[in-house]
Amino acid sequence: MSILIQFLVGLLFGLGLIVAGMSDPAKVLGFLDLGAIPQGTWDPSLVFVMAGGIGVTLIGYRLVLGRGRPLLAARFALPSANRPDLRLVTGAALFGLGWGLAGFCPGPALVSVLTGGPLALVFLAAMLVGMALARRLAATPELPPVAPAHRN
Amino acid sequence: MIADSFTPIASLGGGALIGLAAVMLMLFQGRIAGISGIVSRLLPPESDGQTAGRVAMIAGLGVAPIVYAAITGIWPVPQIGAGAPVLVAAGLLVGFGSVWGNGCTSGHGICGLSRLSLRSLVAVGTFMATAIATVFVVRHLL
Repeated sequence: MSILIQFLVGLLFGLGLIVAGMSDPAKVLGFLDLGAIPQGTWDPSLVFVMAGGIGVTLIGYRLVLGRGRPLLAARFALPSANRPDLRLVTGAALFGLGWGLAGFCPGPALVSVLTGGPLALVFLAAMLVGMALARRLAATPELPPVAPAHRN
Repeated sequence: MIADSFTPIASLGGGALIGLAAVMLMLFQGRIAGISGIVSRLLPPESDGQTAGRVAMIAGLGVAPIVYAAITGIWPVPQIGAGAPVLVAAGLLVGFGSVWGNGCTSGHGICGLSRLSLRSLVAVGTFMATAIATVFVVRHLL
């Protein structure tokens, strides 16, 4: 049951990305290109994707979280941290740099596995390597504190 | 002055479907629909019993074009302008950055902003700014 639901969630999410135009890097870059505003070729569609997505989720989350617990799990698994830190900003900045270079982010990259040809697979493979690398680095325990030097 | 490619209705509708998917995952599983988190937790798989569900969600994303084509008759081919070397660099940055910053456009952009998370607001502002700056440099300065 739970597996089927998650498959359907992925399918619905993917359909949303395609309908919205967000699975197409050219469309995404057309939004990110604010320099095209004076030429009249800027595409503000992504604002509408965000409005549709956040509009539904804002109301939907409120209703769902008010239920106390999810239907197929013991409790809601929500991130507890709310204070931004340097790592968050650094990661987001690098993510934006890559997003701006290719127009692909993780969801659209997966939606393009069957449709994007070899170039989409090149992006996806590199993305998986980048993710594995970050997870490994994040899991590395901090260096033990240097023992105070003994005075002789 | 706006491009001919502007699609407000389709984009609003597509965004609503994305939101519906996120709400469904929260309703049934109690989880955030962050694609980078779902994918990266398979690299290597976390031992939290969620692996099969994560694989199922990724499979759903992968077959979405088939269902879209069955409904509309249109095979949605992405237009990829960048060459392989740029795609490798971009992929590494997107993969590393989304995990290091705890989320991407879905986790921070849709789910985080809807939870009124300050961390997500800062993340979205940051990645929008660097993405816009990158496109400006690539398209107008280089």
